[in-house]
Amino acid sequence: MSKDKEISVDIQNVTKSFGAFTALNGVSLDIRDNEFFTLLGPSGCGKTTLLRLIAGFEEVTNGAIHLYGQNIADLLPNERPINTVFQQYALFPHMNVTDNVMFGLLRLGHDTSKAKARVGEVLELVRLSDFADRMPSQLSGGQQQRVALARALAPSPKVLLLDEPLSALDLKLRQAVRLELKQIQVQTGITFIFVTHDQEEALTMSDRIAVLEGGRVQQVGSAREIYEAPENKFVADFIGETNLIDVTVSNVEKRKGSCVLPGGAQIICSAAEGALVGSGHLSIRPERIKITASGKGMLEGKTVRHIYLGTDLHIEVSLTSGSRVTVRMQNSTQIKIPNVGQSVGLDFEASSARLLVD
Amino acid sequence: MAELPKVNPEGSAKTYSGFGIPLIFPAWIIIGFFLVIPVAMMLVYSFLTKEFRGGVIWEFSISAYDQFFLYRGLFGDSPPVIEWTYISIFWRSIWQAGLATFCCLIIGFPTAWFIATRTGRNKTIWLFLITIPYWVNLLIRTISMKFLIRDNGPLNEFFLSIGLISEPFHIINTNFAVQLGLFYSYLPFMVLPIYAAVERYNFALSEAAADLYASRTVTLFKVILPTVRPGIVAGCILVFVPSLGAFLAPDLLGGAKNFMIGSLIEEQFKGAAGNWPFGAAASMILLSLVLIVLTFYARNQTKGQI
Amino acid sequence: MATKNVDLRHFTGFKSLTLLCLFLLYAPLIIVMVYSFNDSNSITRWNTVSLRWYYDLFYGVDAPKFKTAAINSVSIAVMAAISATVIATMAATAMLRAGSFRGKSVSFALINLPLMVPEIVTAVATLIFFSAIGFTTGYLTILIAHIVFCIPFAYLPIAARMQGIEDVYEQAAQDLYATRFQAFRLILLPLMAPGIISGFLLAFIISLDDFIITNFVKGAGVETLPTVIFGAVKQGIKPNIMAISTLLLAVSVGFVALSYFVGRMGEKANPTTTKQGD
Repeated sequence: MSKDKEISVDIQNVTKSFGAFTALNGVSLDIRDNEFFTLLGPSGCGKTTLLRLIAGFEEVTNGAIHLYGQNIADLLPNERPINTVFQQYALFPHMNVTDNVMFGLLRLGHDTSKAKARVGEVLELVRLSDFADRMPSQLSGGQQQRVALARALAPSPKVLLLDEPLSALDLKLRQAVRLELKQIQVQTGITFIFVTHDQEEALTMSDRIAVLEGGRVQQVGSAREIYEAPENKFVADFIGETNLIDVTVSNVEKRKGSCVLPGGAQIICSAAEGALVGSGHLSIRPERIKITASGKGMLEGKTVRHIYLGTDLHIEVSLTSGSRVTVRMQNSTQIKIPNVGQSVGLDFEASSARLLVD
Repeated sequence: MAELPKVNPEGSAKTYSGFGIPLIFPAWIIIGFFLVIPVAMMLVYSFLTKEFRGGVIWEFSISAYDQFFLYRGLFGDSPPVIEWTYISIFWRSIWQAGLATFCCLIIGFPTAWFIATRTGRNKTIWLFLITIPYWVNLLIRTISMKFLIRDNGPLNEFFLSIGLISEPFHIINTNFAVQLGLFYSYLPFMVLPIYAAVERYNFALSEAAADLYASRTVTLFKVILPTVRPGIVAGCILVFVPSLGAFLAPDLLGGAKNFMIGSLIEEQFKGAAGNWPFGAAASMILLSLVLIVLTFYARNQTKGQI
Repeated sequence: MATKNVDLRHFTGFKSLTLLCLFLLYAPLIIVMVYSFNDSNSITRWNTVSLRWYYDLFYGVDAPKFKTAAINSVSIAVMAAISATVIATMAATAMLRAGSFRGKSVSFALINLPLMVPEIVTAVATLIFFSAIGFTTGYLTILIAHIVFCIPFAYLPIAARMQGIEDVYEQAAQDLYATRFQAFRLILLPLMAPGIISGFLLAFIISLDDFIITNFVKGAGVETLPTVIFGAVKQGIKPNIMAISTLLLAVSVGFVALSYFVGRMGEKANPTTTKQGD
């Protein structure tokens, strides 16, 4: 992703309060043209509020939102070239699929025959041409979701907002729709801003992800950056699973930290921006740890229990320092599984560890 | 703190904020001009002097209230004693309305419960049957009752023909007939709100109570009744308030001797014998009674929410 | 051992009480209905079945009186119900869709005020008001009084329906370039239709039923069906009264059926129960 790409939505230091409650606190984001951008966070983090601010359903308390360089603060939702796919789709229950999809085109003043042709195109795109005359109540959840998408795409908005559009679908369908959605985004070249609390969804589809928590942006980056190089404990913990190990940091220089592990071993690993000397936390993903014979690893401990997960196996190890570490192994016949109670060593590459900001 | 709620039961949705608020004005104007101002004027009238051909003379006087509560002798010069005539009419009205409410509750609760616990089509039919009388003209229902219980009406004929009685029951023009009429008039008003409350009742609560060794009766009194109380209270209000000011049942079934507030007030505005200030005063007293009941109700409802 | 009813919903005797309740509610009505077909001058003696009293209603000596009263009743009910429905729909939109504003709780109390004030008190107050401002009582005063007390009855089903419609549909419309007025007209109003029809039906029947208030504000000469029936009953129940009662009863039953039908229609198109999952 090149930095010189045009900025589509520019969110500048936006704060949103509802009475005494601050939903968003000084959020700044640059969303680029043609980008699949995801707002990821737990419920209550402010991601939906941010989406509603961009759509125009809420007023910004402080700060500004620019759309291709234009401040859109004073524009009503119907004056913004932005469309939304709502969480529960919000298909107009008294209109059939065609009328739903055509709604925006007619409001924009297209004549009916042109609008009809456009409806045909978008329904083709979402593979629902055969359902044009159905009422929303006669469609399955997956079909409703696609109508909602078609309806929002029909007026060719500059930006498409998607508010957890997959959350009402069951797991299998959700996985299939992800790829489809990504493909449609590439095909149409529209900027997608996608809200979800599901990290897997975010990782599989997004060009870039913003992780939100407590009304603040915690980190912005590609899926890989966020998973491999989390900036803080929240991001490391929220995206995937991780082990947080207490370490003593002796030196931080040029984004590299020298740390002393609980057993006394020393490593030099990448450090998040703002990491400090003193006591700190090291994040190591469970799949990056190998179990070795006792005395041969970076850490020492005793096996506490096995957790069987089908494709994987989790082994919980209690370190001599008292904290627990989870190791993920592939469930294969060639692997030797340590017995519960057995002393083991834990080994990992220094490049797999990341020193976090507390 | 959760994400913004999608449904706003308190109506804090604001799609039309700004330009939607003036839509309330017609309701304000109509009700304000043709109900609030009239009630205020009624209060004023209750402090005016009566005009003998009906209507008032614009002269301040408390004689309406004085006449209601005190007796000053035939010529108005004896030392005042408490006048019981009107107080006892009010008292009889309260008593009749209370009794009607109680009777409606005794029949209405089991009915509401029974209907709410039916399923599917059955429930629709039962509910349909109970709703019809609710929509039927009150006057017609009262006339039907009058027709039924006349001295030589179908009820007496039936009892005479089966030999249960040897001469007609005299029901019409008694307190009992008024009671019957009130009960009959407002019974549907008791059933529907209780039905709505039982509909929302979570039967897992009954199961939990039974699981914890409660008998059916204990479950009814300790779990069900407290849970559906808002519906019961609403039903009681809907029966008590209109019963208190009822006019048709006492007038058509009670005759001249079994006056209730409604008839007393009505009489003040009919013809030359009328006394507008006195009627306005009696109306104010009735309104005050109702407001007391409603305040009690509002308190009760807010307490229930905590 | 006797079989025990394990259903916790079951209470012994409740069914009998329900049947008793229905019997009490229906017996007088059914008896009047039956006697309305009695071909006899006496209301007591049963003769043979005939439509004599219905004929009398339309062509008898009292027919013009009943006809005028019926026209008054229906025209007032239609106008009062339409006005109350429009006012209530507007009020509900303000109350439920315009966010919070000063005087909202006062507005709520005001809309429901006609329900809280006893009918006889409303009647007295309205009479005093019209007499004080020197307004001649008659058709117009009846209409105004009816509009006032019909508002809360129309408001009830309309507000209930509007509360059940998430405002996300209007937001979606605005998102798709509809102005707020278009969102109201193209989305909210059609979705509201069942509630608005119920509100209208309820207001209509309430207006048609009213006796006390009408009796106070009708003035001399203008009669509605309830006042004319009441006047006639004061002189004793005649068979033609039973016939007209039966007709009004039929109208009421028709309205309940209609409102049920509309309610069903509303449930079918209920936006909140759209199917989920594949």
